[in-house]
Amino acid sequence: MKKPVIEFKDFCFQYNSQSKPTLHNIDLTIYEGEKVCIVGPSGSGKSTLVHCLNGLVPFAYKGNITGSLKILNEESQNLDLFAISQKVGTVLQDTDGQFLGLSVGEDIAFALENNAVPLPEMKERVKQAASLVHMSSFLNARIPELSGGQKQRVALAGVLVNDIEVVLFDEPLANLDPASGKEAMLLIDELQKESKKTIIIVEHRFEDVLSQPLDRIILMNHGRIVANITPNEVLASSLLAENWIREPLYIKALKYAGCELSTDMSLTKVENISKPHFREKLIHWQENVQAVSHKVDTSEAVLSLKNISFHYPNKENTISDVSFTLHKGEMISLIGANGAGKSTLSSLICGFEKPSEGSIFFGNIDSKDDSIKARAERVGFVLQNPNHMFSEQIIFEEVAFGLKQKNIDEEEIKKRVEDTLTICGLYPFRNWPISALSYGQKKRLSIASILVLEPSILLLDEPTAGQDYRHTTELMSFLEQLARKGMSIVLITHDMHLMTEYTDRAIVLSNGSILADDSPARILSNTDLIRTANLKESSLYELAEQFNMVDSSHFVEQFIQYDREVRADEQRATELY
Amino acid sequence: MSNGLLSYIERDSIVHRLTGATKLICFLLWSSAVMFTYDTRVLFVILVASIVVFFISKVKLKEISFILAFILFFLLLNNVAIYLFAPQHGTVIYGTSHAITGSIGRYSITLEQLFYQFNITLKYFAVIPPALLFIVTTHPSEFAASLNRIGVSYRLAYSVSIALRYIPDIQRDFKTIARSKQARGVDLSSNEKLGKRFKNMISIMFPLIFSSLDRIETVSNTMDLRGFGKRNNRTWYSAKNFVKRDYIAIAITFLLFALMVVFMFINGGRFYNPFV
Repeated sequence: MKKPVIEFKDFCFQYNSQSKPTLHNIDLTIYEGEKVCIVGPSGSGKSTLVHCLNGLVPFAYKGNITGSLKILNEESQNLDLFAISQKVGTVLQDTDGQFLGLSVGEDIAFALENNAVPLPEMKERVKQAASLVHMSSFLNARIPELSGGQKQRVALAGVLVNDIEVVLFDEPLANLDPASGKEAMLLIDELQKESKKTIIIVEHRFEDVLSQPLDRIILMNHGRIVANITPNEVLASSLLAENWIREPLYIKALKYAGCELSTDMSLTKVENISKPHFREKLIHWQENVQAVSHKVDTSEAVLSLKNISFHYPNKENTISDVSFTLHKGEMISLIGANGAGKSTLSSLICGFEKPSEGSIFFGNIDSKDDSIKARAERVGFVLQNPNHMFSEQIIFEEVAFGLKQKNIDEEEIKKRVEDTLTICGLYPFRNWPISALSYGQKKRLSIASILVLEPSILLLDEPTAGQDYRHTTELMSFLEQLARKGMSIVLITHDMHLMTEYTDRAIVLSNGSILADDSPARILSNTDLIRTANLKESSLYELAEQFNMVDSSHFVEQFIQYDREVRADEQRATELY
Repeated sequence: MSNGLLSYIERDSIVHRLTGATKLICFLLWSSAVMFTYDTRVLFVILVASIVVFFISKVKLKEISFILAFILFFLLLNNVAIYLFAPQHGTVIYGTSHAITGSIGRYSITLEQLFYQFNITLKYFAVIPPALLFIVTTHPSEFAASLNRIGVSYRLAYSVSIALRYIPDIQRDFKTIARSKQARGVDLSSNEKLGKRFKNMISIMFPLIFSSLDRIETVSNTMDLRGFGKRNNRTWYSAKNFVKRDYIAIAITFLLFALMVVFMFINGGRFYNPFV
């Protein structure tokens, strides 16, 4: 009989600040050495569940608990935050805020310092923890100089210095590029095999989590546990789609082709799926799909970069010899690892920096002498975090802000703001305070505040970061509508799904130059490119290879087109009702 | 990278190798010695010692030139203000009056006044090097540890150090937010009138405050989750043990302090009077 480490029994929780409970009748047991993944859309209660496990609920976030939660056989309400932190270690989402030390060693040592561990023992334990995550040679490195993946290793070492039993990962993949995400999962798996610790991962990038074996998937929605089953059972069922979790693409492709998936098959890895008759079905599907790839009219260029180079003072070229053209109504993605030059390039396009060489044309106009105001009318920039963009209290005022910078009369401002709010579906809320909006609505408001200036190009930095599949889908179909009306859109993103599902063209940056400017399907079929640009192969491509499809990248292309049509139909269906 | 502002400058020198606590104690002794005395001879000895210590630290003058210029500007301002508001203070202190200009009422320049203001200037120069050195040679993480060692509560000491630690992050947020405003046509450059520019800067402050509050929530959750504040005492990863050179440094500084005290007795006060 395995030892239970976490036991929820008929557990309910309600925050003091809320009128309804967030968690309802949770019954869940997690055993020693297990590796489980908790998935669920935003608002499903999964973050609250995590807070219950690490003690922030009820000790930092107060509220009312009924039922019981035992951590290593002790009722959690009778413990305190410190006692729980000695048993359960939490690795937060990789925001830089979770680092307290300046150097790697100092940050790892933080928990030991607080426990007044003598210095010689502390140094020894820090060394051990660092070697567990392969960071031994970085003890004196400064944290801001590390890559995203390395930062996460440091955060992990920081909880492993305590001899904890359970490691809790809160969205470990959220801010990592695809290749680093894959490495992070590998490290978690290694850790579990070597130390036999219990691992709990909360993540909605489900396909990426599956790259390593998991014992169980706990699916949450509306504050309840919907399913508590093996990964195979989840994949064979329709539970993911029903609960707004993105299904892995290869599973979706198999389902489109009419392959019956059953729980006795090994579905978590593409290379283990080997039913001969699946190949026939896939070929049959491929032959019958008449996916018309929708072509953008490339006659009208709205933005052309010509041999742009740029470097910050006293540094090497950060952007070298970049040229590309963006057409009217086109939606493209700009991808590449952290530090590849994505944000520098967008700063150049928005006019925050001036290129040292080359020129940027908007239509036929050379932008050399643009003022900040003139540039703001050509191109709009939407930040990742909408909260960084707001400076007014009321929604109407926020959208009017940009117009008030210019001498436009009140009537005109009112009309333009109301039109924009209508397009963005925020018109009914125009007199609300911004703080009353949900995250997804705030995101749309941040776009509205740019749209009102009527730029012809929209640049969005990680537009869907931190949002679940439903909100992602809503936002992206909104952007698709804008593109259809003639807006040109550039998505700066790490998300391969976003790139393949919504954009026809992707520009891959690496070390400040363009490695590829091609269709997402062809980019994700190019192994060399994937390696140099820190991307990850699409599971669709792997599936096509696994079943020896004739032209793998064509298969990927067809799937994307077909999937778009299916989603467009669904969209139309929901609009009808 | 030399950023011109006051921040830690990495070097390998004896001054850098002293523990933060030693440097703090020395700095406090040094500055109180300089504060108490107006004795030119003592100040001169301390000034020479300051220059020697600065030389040993291997910190280059141009690395602190910005802040140095800033302090010298204040020194000038201070001297002008003393002359404007108390032009005869020197004669009051030294009890004699040797005018070197003809009578311009109370603004007649006297040797006593010049000597008094010379001493003040000397005080500045004697204390600037150790003060700047304390800041630029103490690693920020050791800063909290050294405050804690001289008896400041570790909670307070850590708050100070974490506030310093997050300044670069807040600068980065500021830049991001400023850019988002620029993308909406807000001109923050000198093309805009001063009043309007000021108003534009205000529109950045709100989102900056909110993003900082978010940051504080994350940091305090992290600190809670990693057991901060549970015990009454705390150890420090970056703390260094006192070794021989620390005791020697404190001893030397103490001798300087003692020298100052001895001369206070000889002079029968804080001033050395060459006029009688």
